[in-house]
Amino acid sequence: MLGKTAGGVFWMLRYMERSENTARMIDAGLRISLTRSGAADGEWTSILTALGVINAYNANYETVDGPRVINFLLRDKANHNSVISAVEAARTNARMVRTALTREVWEAVNECWMDLSELLARPINQQDLPDILSTIRKHSAFVRGTLAGTMVRNDIYNFARVGTFFERADNVARIMDVKYYILLPSILHVGSATDNVQWESILRSTSASRAYQTLHENEHNPRDIARFLILDHRLPRSLAFCYRKIQRNLQHIADDYGQLAPCNGLVNGICQKFDNTSIDLIFDYGLHEFITDFLIESQSLGRQIEVDFRFSE
Amino acid sequence: MRLKISHTTSYHYDAPVPYALQQLRLRPKSRAEQTVLSWDLSVENGHQQLSFEDEHANTVDLISFEPGVSNITVHCEGEVEVTDTNGVVGKHSGYVPLWLFKRATPLTRAGSQLRALAASLERTENDLSDLHALSALVLERLPYSTQQESAELSAEQALNVGHGVCQDHAHVFIAAARHLDFPARYVSGYLMMNDRVDQDASHAWAEVHVDGLGWVGFDISNAMSPDARYVRVATALDYHGAAPVSGMRFGAASEALNVKLQVEQRQE
Amino acid sequence: MTETRQMFDEMYGFSDTAREPYANYADWIALEEFANLKRKSAQAEKLFRLTGITFNVYGVEEETERLIPFDLVPRIIAAKEWQTLSRGIEQRVRAINAFLHDIYHRQEILKAGRVPVEMIAQNEAFLPQMIGVSPPGNIYTHIVGTDLVRTGENEFFVLEDNARTPSGVSYMLENRETMLHMFPELFNRNKVRSVSQYPRSLRRSLAACRPTCSSDHPVVAVLTPGIFNSAYYEHAFLADQMGVELVEGHDLRVVDGRVAMRTTRGYQAIDVLYRRVDDEFLDPLNFNPDSMLGVPGLMDVYRAGGITIANAPGTGIADDKAIYSYMPEIVEFYTGEKPILKNVPTHRCSEPDALAYVLDNLAELVVKEVHGSGGYGMLVGPTASKKEIAAFREKLKARPDNYIAQPTLSLSTVPILTKAGLAPRHVDLRPFALASPNGVEIIPGGLTRVALKKGSLVVNSSQGGGTKDTWVLED
Repeated sequence: MLGKTAGGVFWMLRYMERSENTARMIDAGLRISLTRSGAADGEWTSILTALGVINAYNANYETVDGPRVINFLLRDKANHNSVISAVEAARTNARMVRTALTREVWEAVNECWMDLSELLARPINQQDLPDILSTIRKHSAFVRGTLAGTMVRNDIYNFARVGTFFERADNVARIMDVKYYILLPSILHVGSATDNVQWESILRSTSASRAYQTLHENEHNPRDIARFLILDHRLPRSLAFCYRKIQRNLQHIADDYGQLAPCNGLVNGICQKFDNTSIDLIFDYGLHEFITDFLIESQSLGRQIEVDFRFSE
Repeated sequence: MRLKISHTTSYHYDAPVPYALQQLRLRPKSRAEQTVLSWDLSVENGHQQLSFEDEHANTVDLISFEPGVSNITVHCEGEVEVTDTNGVVGKHSGYVPLWLFKRATPLTRAGSQLRALAASLERTENDLSDLHALSALVLERLPYSTQQESAELSAEQALNVGHGVCQDHAHVFIAAARHLDFPARYVSGYLMMNDRVDQDASHAWAEVHVDGLGWVGFDISNAMSPDARYVRVATALDYHGAAPVSGMRFGAASEALNVKLQVEQRQE
Repeated sequence: MTETRQMFDEMYGFSDTAREPYANYADWIALEEFANLKRKSAQAEKLFRLTGITFNVYGVEEETERLIPFDLVPRIIAAKEWQTLSRGIEQRVRAINAFLHDIYHRQEILKAGRVPVEMIAQNEAFLPQMIGVSPPGNIYTHIVGTDLVRTGENEFFVLEDNARTPSGVSYMLENRETMLHMFPELFNRNKVRSVSQYPRSLRRSLAACRPTCSSDHPVVAVLTPGIFNSAYYEHAFLADQMGVELVEGHDLRVVDGRVAMRTTRGYQAIDVLYRRVDDEFLDPLNFNPDSMLGVPGLMDVYRAGGITIANAPGTGIADDKAIYSYMPEIVEFYTGEKPILKNVPTHRCSEPDALAYVLDNLAELVVKEVHGSGGYGMLVGPTASKKEIAAFREKLKARPDNYIAQPTLSLSTVPILTKAGLAPRHVDLRPFALASPNGVEIIPGGLTRVALKKGSLVVNSSQGGGTKDTWVLED
């Protein structure tokens, strides 16, 4: 397959995943603003920070408030990470790699774009918001579903999966990078209402709330939450889970090509780190430092994949 | 006359070049008035991709740069035996129809100055003497000068400048000849100047197709027809099609060119 | 429909009873409810949008992707009619390839005086770089889209031979898919010949034109200018259907004397390049140096025999509108046969007598630019305003050799579904022919373009035309 096509497939899925992640984060922010109006502005600021668009937002708006942030994150085409921008970028990539996709996958992406272009054409009514957020998530899931259901398991499929998990892990890590402090053990805050809301929010924005309840009998506990999001192989959004998937998919490509690439070594290294650590070791090392290290390593993995498979000249 | 030629073209770039191609028209051919006894072409920091014969029967080599180099050198060396034919190259051959040589190209399009120049030629019954007169007229209007304004001037632009090098002379002469309805073409090649071994650059002149004689050469710059000191390398409608080197490259590096050319007579 | 028809209708001829090939369809549609047809029509549009069969419109910022309107009444061609058409097209395609070989070699047709030298000598479409080039099998134009019009029961005319990079074949295929999806019962009642083999035929035909350096399993690729090109959908569609890579200029490079594409595993040589990029932009080293779409050195590899380019560069000399007027001579010269398909009588404005006639009769004629396409820069005398005619007259006088003129033909009509029910609209027909050393294959079908405005003769999609499914019936 063409290097450009591999890059296009990888990015198409990254953008689809990004639209979904943004919708989840808006959902979590919305929940906080409904339950505790005082905490909401701080919450929106950290969402903007985690999505890497805080500077772009501040350049356009003077104050951080819910409706503006939501509009910026969902509809603003000047925000290249907004849902509409991400969906458009996914569709542009899909058009570019049309020959690598089944008709079903292409139509799922195209329909997503058609639907959301219409839904997000005008400012959004607060009461329509939950529906819209759920539509965004459904479309992303639908694209993943057609991919799983119709694509041949070859390099194209593997690049698509790498894109999905790469973006997902990146998103979870960025949320933790911004919010690590609420997961730090602190005598002052333990058990306070603030913490419970914040912890709940972190779980919601990573879609892990329900899973956490099921798997943990005890009350919310920052150490457990951190372990769950970083190391738990049962949670499909944990860093360890995503990276094991990336590792496998890159290994499939290597098997297919009959040759290991430098990126295989890099991803193996990252996975080993997850395997050889525990939440206690992470806290001893420093949660924030651990996440920062991870983000740096994942960035170099991204660059290496691009080089190894000749995404561009 | 046996001529020994050594021709080195070096390009230097102020930054590494990621990708570049060059077309070389640097291989003289044996034909009636010249026999190529030996000819070697080598490239440093480049890779020969292919070669083919273009529509004017020039041998073209396509070379690519090794990725990331910042200089490349093309070296030609060989010996050619040349016979003096008083500039007559002879009958037209090949598939290119003669009418194509009357086609104006961007470099040989006739503007107002060129039309005026062509009109000032007094025509006689004798095409050949008219063309020699035209050649003299071009040199008079455009005295030889190496003070070049820019690398590639059209005939009309050269007339505006008012002086020129062999390439400009050839373009103006060709444009005028075509304007007078003669098939004309551009020739790039080598000339051995009598007084020196090191030559400044490779040479250019023109050929016109004259009824009864076929192609006849005119070296406008030297006011004569080519003799045994001239080696024809490539012909085309204008400089573009006959240039020794024409290329394109990616990246923003700027280019510096250095040519070393020696042509000397070899005693048998 | 009681009044006598002025124009030939594919469904009714000049009468008000359905012609033979439409008999079955007419019975069917007579029983269909109008509301149901409208619903199906909306459904078809949704299907097209979802599939993404859109084209980009230049210079329109707001809506950059549009649909070409699809009309659900098919254009039906009887087996016998098709037989004549396909024989005629085959003859023309053979003649065009022979002409191209001759014009880039010995130019016998010019020496014989059958086509004036000036027609070629002063023609920008003549590409000197092609002189002496003999592509595999001497096939220069591999894919031809012949534009035909009809004025009566047995009156077919060739309007244009599109020998460069004809487009529209994806509509032929998608229109059929849509019809099969919406009206499966119609295909039980009518024996319609299949067109879905086109991508396989195209690939086979291209593969048969591989260069000698290729293996028995040639690597074929489609070269597109990119996703912003108006026909991008078609490029992607054809590459996808053929199961080959869709490449852009920046995916390609000259490697080891071949043109190779950058894959995830390194560079892979291409044997046959089906290019949908115009000559001028194909190779910045040899043609327009400013082209960002092309592949530097492609032409050098081609001339060295390292790749087949389909269609070959320089084929424009054969479908030029001025050369078109010599097609009857060209067909006779190379095939030794009388042309099976007629040309539309054409006045070459470069000739003084013809120009005088055209200037006197502008209001009745269609005047076209010699090198134009897409229905731009043309005058349709009978529907033009006085002001438009006056303005065109000046353009024509300034550059007569840039124009040809033809009588306004009363193109045949086919009903379309309008808000007020069925109404006749003018159509043309573009069947697609594939040429290879194994012969000429013509797909039984084609693209029927339809002018949606009442009375309009301009069917081009860029000018608001629509398309129809085209049925060729089995014997």
